[in-house]
Amino acid sequence: MAAVLQAAALLMGSQTDIKTFRLRSALRSAPVRHEGFFVIRTEGRLSATSGVMPRRAKLIPNAVAVKADTTASSAASKPGHELLLFEALREGLEEEMERDPRVCVMGEDVGHYGGSYKVTKGFATKFGDLRVLDTPIAENSFTGMGIGAAMTGLRPVIEGMNMGFLLLAFNQISNNCGMLHYTSGGQFTIPVVIRGPGGVGRQLGAEHSQRLESYFQSIPGLQMVACSTPYNAKGLMKAAIRSENPVVLFEHVLLYNLKERIPDEDYVLCLEEAEMVRPGEHVTILTYSRMRYHVMQAAKTLINKGYDPEVIDIRSLKPFDLYTIGNSIKKTHRVLIVEECMRTGGIGASLRSAIIDNFWDYLDAPIVCLSSQDVPTPYAGTLEEWTVVQPAQIVAAVEQLCK
Amino acid sequence: MSSFSALKILPSHPIAGEHRRHSSPFHAAPAGRLLRSSGANYLSSSSSVTAAGRPVRVLSANVVSNEKQIGSALAAITSKEALDLYEDMVLGRSFEDMCAQMYYRGKMFGFVHLYNGQEAVSTGFIRLLTARDTVVSTYRDHVHALSKGVPARAVMAELFGKTTGCCRGQGGSMHMFSREHNLIGGFAFIGEGIPVATGAAFSSKYRREVLKESCDDVTIAFFGDGTCNNGQFFECLNMAALWKLPIVFVVENNLWAIGMSHFRATSDPEIWKKGPPFGIPGAHVDGMDVLKVREVAKDAIARARRGDGPTLVECETYRFRGHSLADPDELRNPDEKARYSSRDPIAALKKYVLEHNLVPESELKAIDKKIDELIEEAVEFADSSPAPPRSQLLENVFADPKGFGIGPDGKYRCEDPGFTQGTAQV
Repeated sequence: MAAVLQAAALLMGSQTDIKTFRLRSALRSAPVRHEGFFVIRTEGRLSATSGVMPRRAKLIPNAVAVKADTTASSAASKPGHELLLFEALREGLEEEMERDPRVCVMGEDVGHYGGSYKVTKGFATKFGDLRVLDTPIAENSFTGMGIGAAMTGLRPVIEGMNMGFLLLAFNQISNNCGMLHYTSGGQFTIPVVIRGPGGVGRQLGAEHSQRLESYFQSIPGLQMVACSTPYNAKGLMKAAIRSENPVVLFEHVLLYNLKERIPDEDYVLCLEEAEMVRPGEHVTILTYSRMRYHVMQAAKTLINKGYDPEVIDIRSLKPFDLYTIGNSIKKTHRVLIVEECMRTGGIGASLRSAIIDNFWDYLDAPIVCLSSQDVPTPYAGTLEEWTVVQPAQIVAAVEQLCK
Repeated sequence: MSSFSALKILPSHPIAGEHRRHSSPFHAAPAGRLLRSSGANYLSSSSSVTAAGRPVRVLSANVVSNEKQIGSALAAITSKEALDLYEDMVLGRSFEDMCAQMYYRGKMFGFVHLYNGQEAVSTGFIRLLTARDTVVSTYRDHVHALSKGVPARAVMAELFGKTTGCCRGQGGSMHMFSREHNLIGGFAFIGEGIPVATGAAFSSKYRREVLKESCDDVTIAFFGDGTCNNGQFFECLNMAALWKLPIVFVVENNLWAIGMSHFRATSDPEIWKKGPPFGIPGAHVDGMDVLKVREVAKDAIARARRGDGPTLVECETYRFRGHSLADPDELRNPDEKARYSSRDPIAALKKYVLEHNLVPESELKAIDKKIDELIEEAVEFADSSPAPPRSQLLENVFADPKGFGIGPDGKYRCEDPGFTQGTAQV
């Protein structure tokens, strides 16, 4: 059985390689390859949601991402428009609210105040107080209310003012979001999006610097994505709203002011898909959210040192895009996971076990997983810095892996 | 605003004081003494309803109590209504008795909480609802499902864990759902159903005001006395009052939260009084009397349907069996049990119906027989139904099964023909 799978995977890998080569060269010659590439994906995704394109076709763009510098330093002449990550989230949410009147927002200070990170700024005026509902500070109850609204036909986007506050709604997220579709025998769906700022910020103290992915990942029926760029923030927000599954959208408190040029055209991303950030040959670095930037910082050093790392933003924290991840492992045979989640029972731990289960035979070295420390996030700047993975650690880990 | 007026005026108002004395045996009675009510009490907080914040007292038809009859000797219901109420209550009782039998015979497992004794509450409220109205229940939910119209065979098959159950055998005793009948659970944890009910009520308001649909649907949230010490109860009273949601909060106060006496668990045992501080009218009703419950329910439901906001109704009731079938029920005083079983709501309704010559006894007997047959049929149906096949295991984890992710072959796992045969790996 395993041998058959491997053979099939090899075959597929080689096919992909051919296409990779062809498309990559085509894209390199395109003058505005970065944006053009994105728009192609957008169209692919849109037609794919209607069920026309086969799954493999959808994935090819990932495998062929150009070796472009993805930090968005775009000239004004390029098409699209430039905005910050929180504005991209707002744009995605606003477009969905305009498209579908059943989409509504509820949470603390989402209305008149415009959201603690201004993701819903101006919405109350535009959509009214009922669609942009300022709730009392009662996380478990307003989350439950969102679930009840979702069961009866609405599509609420529930904002946790800080992701950590969602711990107060954990019963509702776990027992209701995660289970009601199943326990009702499929009769009810819970199309809610639960989103908010999380992760380790700048000296926000332990309770406001939570890494909650590990807590949520074993809830059955709950899907999780993490955005990391304005482009994917908008696309994932829209996809999460359109999904019939309850989706937790992780935003990082330190990424809200990232700037990027994004297409003017309407686009929706695939919730289950990883994003190729930088193709390479020597080692696969799997990361997500803010750690993507620590990885890219490390990548610069690594490139100068002669390494060619492949960086993948896994984006979908549950389920994992094992196709993109697997193809990369089949190429590099080495894996480094860099995450901000807790070490114990974190995303990295799950990812590592998924890779061992599925791609063991392709590995030339043990998987290395750099996670943040299992401590309540300390207040002091120095201690906080040592809690999360730093670029120097990533460089050292790659050097070790590729020895 | 209205909540302020209630808070300020109630304690000092002479009528309010008298009202409290009359309807509040709790303070005078030593803990553990039976609650008694002579009818339905309303404590309205709405200054628009009651001039100068004066609370209104409503007495509905006095059926069960031994006190002198209030009002005319005319029956409060038509014979058609009487038959409907009687049938629904007998259905609830017989179904639960059969559940006990089936549980001891090993046909169903787990925690099974029976509703015996509380039928007047379910019947009194739910039989007034339309099909579009929503019901949210607790772990003691079989009879709420039946009253809402879920077929007995579907509920029984669910309890037997069969694929023909109302949740395909995936929910069980404490998780009854029916989309067709707008029963949205079935919540096993204390208090968690109340916000979901609040959300359903929010949907109704949203449909009317944002989507401009003609929607006057009402949601009823049932829960017990134990829940009223939980924060979610208060949080939702606040939100429902704040947004004037079309919801009725129905407390089935059966005096016991498993083994915790209501009087040992709460600082003020009069739950209905917890509405007015939030600007919600509170009503107190004899929950062993279906006609009184119905009377109060009519007002509360009509109020919600008009868009006037939520009502808190405390129904004083009693469960005739232990907390669940796993509870030996050794703690409760036999005298207390005896007192309440002498006030059996079904016997009381029967007596009322016969005394008012609403229906001949033969018709009631015909209903008893009909229900017996229905329950027998439900058991046969459940017993002969197939158990869920293995392929069903993974079918409803994600509404959009793509959430199961992308396998090593690059396809969505759910596209794999053998997908549901294996174990979910996401």
